[in-house]
Amino acid sequence: MSLLEVRGLTAGYGLVSVLDGIDLSVDTGEAVVVLGANGAGKTTTLRALSGMIPAKGEVILEGRNVLGQRPDQLCKRGVAHVPQGRGTVVDLTVEENLRIGAYGRGDDGIDADLQRWFELFPRLGDRRTQSAGSMSGGEQQMLAIARAMMSRPKLLLLDEPSLGLAPLVTREVFDRLAGLISGSDIAVLLVEQNANLALEFASRAYVLEAGRIVGSGTSEELKNDETIQRAYLGS
Amino acid sequence: MADFFRYLVIGLGNGAIYAMIGLGLVVIYRATGLLNFSQGEIAMFTTFIVWSFTQAGIPLWASMLLGVVAGFLIGVVLQRVIIQPFGDPHQKPLTLVIVTIGMFLGINAFAQLIWGTDTKALDPLFGNGQFEIFGVGIAWQKVGALAVLAVEVVVFWLIFQRTKIGLAMRSVASNSESSALVGIPVSRVLMIGWGLAASIGAVAGTFTAVDRGVDSNLMILTLIYALAAITLGGFDSLVGAVVGGLIVGIVTEVVPRYVDFLAKVPLAPAFALILIVLLVRPEGLFGTKRVARV
Repeated sequence: MSLLEVRGLTAGYGLVSVLDGIDLSVDTGEAVVVLGANGAGKTTTLRALSGMIPAKGEVILEGRNVLGQRPDQLCKRGVAHVPQGRGTVVDLTVEENLRIGAYGRGDDGIDADLQRWFELFPRLGDRRTQSAGSMSGGEQQMLAIARAMMSRPKLLLLDEPSLGLAPLVTREVFDRLAGLISGSDIAVLLVEQNANLALEFASRAYVLEAGRIVGSGTSEELKNDETIQRAYLGS
Repeated sequence: MADFFRYLVIGLGNGAIYAMIGLGLVVIYRATGLLNFSQGEIAMFTTFIVWSFTQAGIPLWASMLLGVVAGFLIGVVLQRVIIQPFGDPHQKPLTLVIVTIGMFLGINAFAQLIWGTDTKALDPLFGNGQFEIFGVGIAWQKVGALAVLAVEVVVFWLIFQRTKIGLAMRSVASNSESSALVGIPVSRVLMIGWGLAASIGAVAGTFTAVDRGVDSNLMILTLIYALAAITLGGFDSLVGAVVGGLIVGIVTEVVPRYVDFLAKVPLAPAFALILIVLLVRPEGLFGTKRVARV
């Protein structure tokens, strides 16, 4: 049984339909990417999955249809969503941002987790009492990911972490992310335009065009696919 | 000199009340990101409730605490019934500000409907006693107001900075979407924010009513002074509301005593203060300047 099974997902804004019946699945511990150009519906897919916008179809998480639940309810079920533009709360400090990541948790391991993140990302530790808004784009992206991990998710939804970051910084973010999830059973569903990095990171991929899944396969298969190469890999 | 000192003391006493209403405005701003024009009217309404409890023979201080509880419940109900249907305050801030102006009118009318238009009297919480400094009599009631104000600031500071719900309120006020994504039940947090802000109106009202009695106009002028106070102190600063409130209290009391033409327009110094602060230092004395890199 997959961790996440999506069937016939449709969603949109007002009368404009953006997603036209999407099927996809993510297994426990698996990293999956949805590739697509601007306007293909990548962000809408994630927003629909985490309950931020109304949607139709089936979103089955661990065997239970969770479509229609609110974002905070889904978060408690193990879905953490790092939104486009990172979504750090700029008026809170770095440490407070991490603490709200653990809002739904009732255990007493929160301080230990904080300490672990400050050790993993010394930049966050150095700035723990500073406002999150004062950090650079790359640092905010790492903060947003660390904050999502504070909820101890089973499924991490990542919306274009490369957006607005310099290529070197983007690579660093992906490297750190790969390090974080390797060996864990956290699944990642990533949506990206940067196909090169995303296909290196993920083991499987879907291709989204105008609200429909038009292709899928392992990352190796897609890297060698001529249409994909022309459209997304720039070669 | 003794005159000046007397005006100063009166100004501080008034300022404490402006600060109390200002605190309510700051609390709702920090908890929901909204400017609530009905803050003063909620305070007026709950002060009538306090008066009703005293009429039932309950001691004033206990009535005031019951008024605080009633205020919390009223805030919760207002959020659920009137504010909530308009959705996320971040997406329609202007709509919601106008809704709070509507609530201003509605609560005012509702209070007149229930308690009529006669002015009711409330006793001073700290009695009628006074003591003298420099030959000027200072009522214990005024000192009590400042002490109660200090307690309110400390309690709210602790709630915002030291509790989980306080952190959640600040997070929701800053970015409700991200807050929901990390598992904060946004709507419930907003509801609690409204309850907290509405709860302290009864305290401000109980002090205001001593000099002028309780009627439906109890807080209309006070709200404007309180707006001047938090503009001066900073919309998101509890300490700013207090310092701003006391300064506004002193300025609006002292200045008209020495500038004749202002005696007829007591609100003018408050307005002048709002304009100058917004021009020179828009975030106020203690407000946070937003830092955001792009």
